[in-house]
Amino acid sequence: VRIALFATCVGDTLFPEAARATVTVLERLGHEVVFPQEQTCCGQMHLNSGYPDEAARLARRFVDTFAHCELVVAPSSSCVGAIRELYPRLGVVDPLLHRVFELSELLVHRLRIDDVGATFPHRVAYHPTCHSLRVTRVGDAPLTLLHRVRGLEFVELPRAQECCGFGGTFSLKNADTSSAMLADKCSSIEETSAEFCAALDGSCLLQIGGGLSRSGSRVQPIHLAQILAAR
Amino acid sequence: VRAPPESFPVAARRELADIQLRTNLRRATDTIRDKRAHVIAELPDWEELREAGRAIKADVLARLDEYLLEFEAAVHAAGGHVHWARNGAEACAIVTKVARAHGAAEVVKVKSLTTDEIELNAALAADGIRALETDFAELILQLDGDWPSHILVPAIHRNRSEIRDLFARTIAPGIASDDPRDLAEAARLYLREHFLAAKVGVSGANFGVAETGTLVVVESEGNGRMCTTLPPVLVTVLGIEKLVPNFADLEVFLQLLPRSSTGERMNPYTSLWTGASEGQELHVVLLDNGRTRVLADPVGRDALHCIRCSACLNVCPVYTRTGGHAYGSVYPGPIGAILTPQLVGIENAASLPFASSLCGACYEVCPVKIDIPSVLLHLRAAAVRAKASRIERLAMRAAARTFSGRRRFMLAQRLGRLAQPLATRSGLLRAWTGTRELKRIPRQPFRNWWTDR
Repeated sequence: VRIALFATCVGDTLFPEAARATVTVLERLGHEVVFPQEQTCCGQMHLNSGYPDEAARLARRFVDTFAHCELVVAPSSSCVGAIRELYPRLGVVDPLLHRVFELSELLVHRLRIDDVGATFPHRVAYHPTCHSLRVTRVGDAPLTLLHRVRGLEFVELPRAQECCGFGGTFSLKNADTSSAMLADKCSSIEETSAEFCAALDGSCLLQIGGGLSRSGSRVQPIHLAQILAAR
Repeated sequence: VRAPPESFPVAARRELADIQLRTNLRRATDTIRDKRAHVIAELPDWEELREAGRAIKADVLARLDEYLLEFEAAVHAAGGHVHWARNGAEACAIVTKVARAHGAAEVVKVKSLTTDEIELNAALAADGIRALETDFAELILQLDGDWPSHILVPAIHRNRSEIRDLFARTIAPGIASDDPRDLAEAARLYLREHFLAAKVGVSGANFGVAETGTLVVVESEGNGRMCTTLPPVLVTVLGIEKLVPNFADLEVFLQLLPRSSTGERMNPYTSLWTGASEGQELHVVLLDNGRTRVLADPVGRDALHCIRCSACLNVCPVYTRTGGHAYGSVYPGPIGAILTPQLVGIENAASLPFASSLCGACYEVCPVKIDIPSVLLHLRAAAVRAKASRIERLAMRAAARTFSGRRRFMLAQRLGRLAQPLATRSGLLRAWTGTRELKRIPRQPFRNWWTDR
């Protein structure tokens, strides 16, 4: 299948390794990946920060950029959630929205693949990001994929479903509260014996990674796509 | 309702510094949260119950005028009096007048958020009438001049040795034990005398039934029932959104509420009363106090569905860190973040809709399916229109412009990478870097790699 990659602004800029890994995984499975060059941001930051007009303009821009694509994948549950679940509330409705998927749900729910042929001989904890659970609702697709990775030892993360405290501009406007949430998330991660903490969203990895490295932790943040691309 | 005295980030900063508070809160909310999850998993039709609760509340709000008149007629028919109050001051004046008419120097009170909202105790005190809180936790706070930090567990931020010391200073001189049973016994002895002497009881209500005029209070301790049964006169202050159409609708809410609030299948005491019998007097005060303004907003009105269970507080990652006082309102937590700004006006509580990471845990547990994250977004837009700083507006507009074209975006990526070290060193990014490292922007954005490969 020909799949258009939406790298997301955060992915493109801060986590190119996750977007590259997404390409690697899909091409390995025999799919053709295209990258519409006009793409920028889905508008979620504006939507979540109280700027719906700007968000709607960016939403329409996203639809225009990807309208011709059969399937769209993004290495971010949060951006996919904004596009698929929240665009309609901005008055942006298009058949395209139902063709936009987060990577793990595309693989497991749409392409019916649970083994991508990856090998990653490490102990991995998984932080299910809030929007993957409660907006995009990817279900257990990420876990299905992780459990089929060769050599990977899955370690349970205590209080996994609790927010890491990122929340977009929340992390700046309410920096103290965000940091308190992060401190608890980092202690939960430290309670495990994990070498890596995986997630579906670069934004949450930015927060978790920033907290872990400030506290001198040896646990590395990693995007799910990077684990799936490893062999 | 009083507007929060300070912005959420400022208040939160102070509350977060109290490590004991955070530990107490975390332990208490974890316990309730687990109990709730357990009893909800038992019900195969939980989702249907939630949907029924939502639908009933939506119907009530859509036909509120009709239900209110039906309720008024039913209360009259059952021998009660109905008063209409546009705001807190009017409601307080009505309660005061009733208490004075019966020569009451003291009224005994059932735990009630609505009377806290209108600051009834202060109004009564100004008229020389003492309002005694009889809910154990509310009594603790009243004795100490403190105020609630949780809808259901008002003294969640206090521990038992603090309470023992307080009782020793006030109602139980010489008490040495901080055993919960001994503390409860001390309160019981103190309260009994007042229950028996009181001429006037004051309550709120969880529900009012339009069909029958019945009022309902759901509680754990039984002190509420003392207040509603012992004094010959009872005044009930009811927010106009608390109606349900029919008696049978209580079936839905009496399942939703205890499981969501205390994590119990059924609460220990459910008191229902309709009108007044011979020798007794019932006054119902129907309170607007901003509610009709909330009702006028098709998105915001969902907040009026709330049945005050507090499940959203117990799962909220923000509330469980900051506690309730940070919200500066009798309605804390996620529900407070959408209700308070609407009741006091968004310009008076503009920071509250931003006191959320939009994690969605509140929506997931809400027994009447209030889509709190969506209302937060709606109120954030209103807050930006009312209060956003020029700098923020300019920055957000500039960001939107950056995203409006590929070349502009690519330029911003390059400039961002170049400016990052200086911006970090200069302290411009302190809000982030104070507690977190900032990932270095990689040299090669994904799109450049794609073009080059």
